[in-house]
Amino acid sequence: MKSIWAPPNSVFSYIYQTNYSRRSLEDVSEGKISSTRGVTRKGRNRQRGYRRRQTRMDAAMDLMRRISPNQNDQALTSLLSLLPHCSSDLLSQVDQPLQVLVDMQFGKEFIICEYNRDTDSYRSPFSNKYYPELEDGPLPSEDLRKLEVEANDIFAIYRDQYYEGGVSSVYMWEDDNDGGFFACFLIKKDGSKNADGRRGSLQQGAWEAIHVIEVGPEEHDIAHYRLTSTVMLSLTTDNKSSGTFNLSGSIRRQMNENLPVADGHLCNMGKMIEEIEGKLRNSVEQVYFGKTREMVCTLRPLPEGLQFKLPDN
Amino acid sequence: MAEEDETDEPEALGNDQKKEIANWFLTNAPSGEIQYIAKDVKSILMDDQLYDEVAAEAFPFYNKSHLLALKMPNRSTDVLITTFGELNDNNYLDPRTAQVVTVNHIKQVCTNVRPATEEELPSQYIEEFRGALDSEICKYVVEAYHNGVSAVYCIDGKDVEELHTEFKFVVVISAARHSPHNFCNGSWRSVWNLEFSDDHQKVELMGNIQVGAHYFEEGNVQLDSKNSFKNSAMFEFPEDCAVSIANMIRLHENEYMANLEASYSNLPDTTFKDLRRKLPVTRTLFPWHNTLQFGLTRDIANQLGIGK
Repeated sequence: MKSIWAPPNSVFSYIYQTNYSRRSLEDVSEGKISSTRGVTRKGRNRQRGYRRRQTRMDAAMDLMRRISPNQNDQALTSLLSLLPHCSSDLLSQVDQPLQVLVDMQFGKEFIICEYNRDTDSYRSPFSNKYYPELEDGPLPSEDLRKLEVEANDIFAIYRDQYYEGGVSSVYMWEDDNDGGFFACFLIKKDGSKNADGRRGSLQQGAWEAIHVIEVGPEEHDIAHYRLTSTVMLSLTTDNKSSGTFNLSGSIRRQMNENLPVADGHLCNMGKMIEEIEGKLRNSVEQVYFGKTREMVCTLRPLPEGLQFKLPDN
Repeated sequence: MAEEDETDEPEALGNDQKKEIANWFLTNAPSGEIQYIAKDVKSILMDDQLYDEVAAEAFPFYNKSHLLALKMPNRSTDVLITTFGELNDNNYLDPRTAQVVTVNHIKQVCTNVRPATEEELPSQYIEEFRGALDSEICKYVVEAYHNGVSAVYCIDGKDVEELHTEFKFVVVISAARHSPHNFCNGSWRSVWNLEFSDDHQKVELMGNIQVGAHYFEEGNVQLDSKNSFKNSAMFEFPEDCAVSIANMIRLHENEYMANLEASYSNLPDTTFKDLRRKLPVTRTLFPWHNTLQFGLTRDIANQLGIGK
């Protein structure tokens, strides 16, 4: 499972989307960095190579922040082919649209991502088997698997209450370093009117949530929970009279808590996820959508009175 | 590790493929962000010659499709960079002032201005229609937009002198606001095609409006909205034509704006709810402290099909 460790760790060390700062980008542009004094040539070359890769990664992440979230997929594919040597960094730092596979044994869909992947196979949370079949794919310990099964069941109910449809999957794996563990909660909802959109208001609508929680080892009956949540969404309404209206976005936030283990990991993680999802949803609606609305009204202030009649042809 | 070596070059791609990708990023830049994207693309490519080749293609395309407004060299007024005013790669007609500007596409500035030649301008007859419409559109743009820039181009039949003729105009309205320090950019673009037909005593109107906004403080959220319109007016004297066309454009744009507002107002109660509700169907927070009840009723839940 080592290959899968990288993502959560790097997710935590670089929160690219928080702290947007152009200055940091300018400072690391080619040649401006000194302090290679006293380093061997080999070390210097290595440092230069590292720095160059870092500059390119920063540029790549800046592109991802600017290109429309609707084009996220193509932008990432393009970056992967331009920067093959940065592929693992890119894959761990850029959130990708969630895909699903079907667990043939249970006849149910599960979400695939970096966290249940080994080589080209993905572990199903239902059967605990890899699809396509994989002989020695890593599995969580028996205890963790028990928690994972329970989490999948409970989270499916949570998902249904908030999303009225969609697919969810939960994956867990041990932290080899300190005896804690990681959990990843995923939700994918297609809110289009021909899918799970109950109100039929959306031509197209997608909501994808990725919650990664790092659970530290127990200390005096308290565990530290570090949650990183990303929401990616897109909604389109389209009709003849009002035209096409599309909003798309992706935002990421973090949350840290020390909570008594006696309440149960699932209860602690669930509450955190519910809280952060609520906050993310609110800020998307109020702040982010609000800012784009404000921008439009700045360009062309709303005319007074909203009743308009067009002369007939 | 191999990836830390000096030979950190993406050799897998040919130059043509690299250019294609770089071009895609540049031409898909949100309003006001191409310079930032260009800087990123340049540092990713690490090949200045290749970058220059891409930029030479991508910038003119972007500037024209974004209906970029540039200050005249003497900073008197704004001139729009559009395909309708394009004389050749770097020269653009400003029909209102009857001048031609030379543009540096990559720096996005006007470097030179000269009076337009007679061949570049429409006939007296056409100019009466064009000028009248231009001044009506100007009045409307000042009243309706913050810093809107407009132009009326004759794109077909500019040398027409007589009656019983046909000619085509394009009305362009462009408004952009770039506020990178507030992590917010946006643009409004309207293009109205007009076909004047004296024989049919009619002016056909076809318009496209495209509005975009980008807010990217600790995230990336974008609005992309468009609509198209069709209408027609009577072919009359230049002043009457101008007034009725400008009124029609005003009505359609007001209507579009009102619909855009309505789409925003519908978000909380209908549209956004189809993605995720604010509260669960039970209208109370999820009972995480009491999930055992779900454990006991798991089989029932599965049977009901809600535990899938």
